[in-house]
Amino acid sequence: MALLELDGVSLSFGGLKVVSGLELHVEEGEVVSVIGPNGAGKTTLFNLITGIYRPDDGDIRLAGSTIVGLQPHQITRLGVARTFQTLRLFLNMSVKENVMSAAYGHTHAGIVRSMLRTPGMRREEREIEALAEQRLAFFGERLMGYRWNQPAYSLSYANRRRLEIARATATNPRILLLDEPAAGMNPAETHEITGLIGRLRGEGGYTILVIEHDMHVVEGISDRVVALDHGVKIAEGSFEAVATNPQVVEAYLGRQEMSRK
Amino acid sequence: MSDSTPHSAEVPATGPAVGQDEWVARHDERRRARSGWLGLVEGRLRTVPWWAWLALFLGAMCLLPVVESSGYVRRVGFDTVLYMLLALGLNIVVGWGGLLDLGYVALYGVGAYMYAFLASDQFGVHLPTLVAVPVVVIVGAVVGLLLGLPSRRLTGDYLAIVTLFFLQLFQTLTTNGDSAFGHDITGGPNGILNVDPFHLFGHDLAVQHAGVFAVSYFYVALGVFAVVYVALRFVNLSRTGRAWRALREDPLAAETMGMPVNWLKLLSFSFGAAVAALTGTLFAALNSSVFPLTFYFTLLITIYVMVILGGSGSQPGVVAGALIIGPLLEILRDPGKSRWVFFLALLAGLALAFRLSRQLGAIVAATAAFGFAVHAIAGAIDSSWVAGEHAAGFAGAFAHWVVVPAHLAGWLPPVSYVGLIAAALGTTLLHGRLRLVALVPTLYLAAFVWENVMLDDPDATRYIVLGVVLIALMIVRPNGLLGERRVEIV
Repeated sequence: MALLELDGVSLSFGGLKVVSGLELHVEEGEVVSVIGPNGAGKTTLFNLITGIYRPDDGDIRLAGSTIVGLQPHQITRLGVARTFQTLRLFLNMSVKENVMSAAYGHTHAGIVRSMLRTPGMRREEREIEALAEQRLAFFGERLMGYRWNQPAYSLSYANRRRLEIARATATNPRILLLDEPAAGMNPAETHEITGLIGRLRGEGGYTILVIEHDMHVVEGISDRVVALDHGVKIAEGSFEAVATNPQVVEAYLGRQEMSRK
Repeated sequence: MSDSTPHSAEVPATGPAVGQDEWVARHDERRRARSGWLGLVEGRLRTVPWWAWLALFLGAMCLLPVVESSGYVRRVGFDTVLYMLLALGLNIVVGWGGLLDLGYVALYGVGAYMYAFLASDQFGVHLPTLVAVPVVVIVGAVVGLLLGLPSRRLTGDYLAIVTLFFLQLFQTLTTNGDSAFGHDITGGPNGILNVDPFHLFGHDLAVQHAGVFAVSYFYVALGVFAVVYVALRFVNLSRTGRAWRALREDPLAAETMGMPVNWLKLLSFSFGAAVAALTGTLFAALNSSVFPLTFYFTLLITIYVMVILGGSGSQPGVVAGALIIGPLLEILRDPGKSRWVFFLALLAGLALAFRLSRQLGAIVAATAAFGFAVHAIAGAIDSSWVAGEHAAGFAGAFAHWVVVPAHLAGWLPPVSYVGLIAAALGTTLLHGRLRLVALVPTLYLAAFVWENVMLDDPDATRYIVLGVVLIALMIVRPNGLLGERRVEIV
């Protein structure tokens, strides 16, 4: 059974079909890349999976059970975490608190226990802190030490991207949805992202669904590539197969006859 | 932190590493501690734990009735503690939850009225204090939860309007509640009288003791404040507090990171309401009466000013805000004292703008000379122009400086007031020496307006001063006195 399955998912905004009849499956431990030109419906796909949008038609299943109609936070608790293409950090909270806040879904201390600071609550709090430190340590020294207590807005762009991934992993997900993790990175950082995604799968044990425009990254990380255009899946398979698929080339570059005119 | 991080092996040791922001990399250089004994004191002060500060603060507050036997001052102290509590409650909704709640004081009213219902002759119910107060707090929390319901769909301005409507609804209900379906429920505009005082440890807490405000309520309020402060601090540092602040920063991101945003919004409304209701019981018990108009816009604005001025989101900040604004509003009632406030604030403002420079001295001297000259000329033309009465205080020195006519022509106050605003705005458009020159008559005009127009109507003046203080502070410190630096868009 696939970890994540989309079965004939469709979504329209008014008369505009953003996603239509999409079939997609992600197996446990796989890294699947979603590519496609701007406006192809890639981020909408993420919004559908995370419950921000509700599909008009079709079913989305996580480990066999449907997640359509659940609130986004419920879906996150079931093991789906995402990052955003346009970074959405909690800018005025500290780096560590950004990560700690994401542990909300799998922790339990209620308000009364927090007010009284019961031993159980304090133990849980220490666990959350340890979890956050561990998640941040995944990125080497960059998000460590004094940066823990710095506000997130003081981080550089690349470090913010890293912090977003750290925050997503703190929800203890089974599947990570990364929305253009290499967007706006310089070549060295982009190269690093490729290694990072490999480590997320290897060390972290996460299944990963990633939207990416940089073909070097896509080539370096993907077990499988899915190409979207106008909300329709136009190709699926290995990187080589998809990259040379005439339909994919057409979606990105246009038809040859057209360009001759 | 220097660049001796593992990844710096890949890049030259000088300058920030790849993926590292220069600003962040150089952070520690900028934060080098001050040297000398000042630095030592600063370093030591930073190691003092928060509870020690709180204990110190509470201890200082406890001393107030000891050093000050005046019933009036004690009463102001009590009111200030209530303000501190209200500011703490509003800080939950506005500072942490980031929800603009303009119905907040209605919850304060709900608390006061509920206590009055449960402990007065209105319905003949006289619950013991230790039963009535928790019941009121729970009712307040539930009403707050209901008030929060629109926040599921509305944000920002729209939520503000709906909650403001709730405040109006509360007003209408309490004002007209004396004939609801033929029953007298709220006492209408005349309110509810003879509310029971608190009954704790086998004693009725008397408001007056030998004609002077008794301090027992002050200490009870202070105790409640301490408990609320510590409890809220703990909540803020728990997963719920983090989730509230995450919700303030970005609701969508918070929701997708597993936080139930809608529930958290309701929770913050409910918590703020519970604190307000608790404060309401103190208010009702002390005054032994409740009236609808207590819980209205003036109070709402005052509490918002405290929260914003102190630093929304920071507990010590909002307490400091209440501690400044509460007594300030009282001081401004008395012309003799408010004059001090006004002129010291003017001087402080000048000192802030010009530092301790020659310019500052020149302006002060020029303004003084200008004033004496104007006074002399005006007195020479018609002695009645300077024959007005000066209030007590250091007015003696003023008698030969500010022109105070015996009879103020009807057109003079509005014209001089508007003229002052125009002159103040005008000086901001000028530059260099011209501005300094223009500043002198402007300052004098300010003194004139203060003495002749503002002091005549202390009640309006109080809020004008409050507004000016807020504007000035928001320019100097946009995040409030103790608020943390904040960015909205990066």
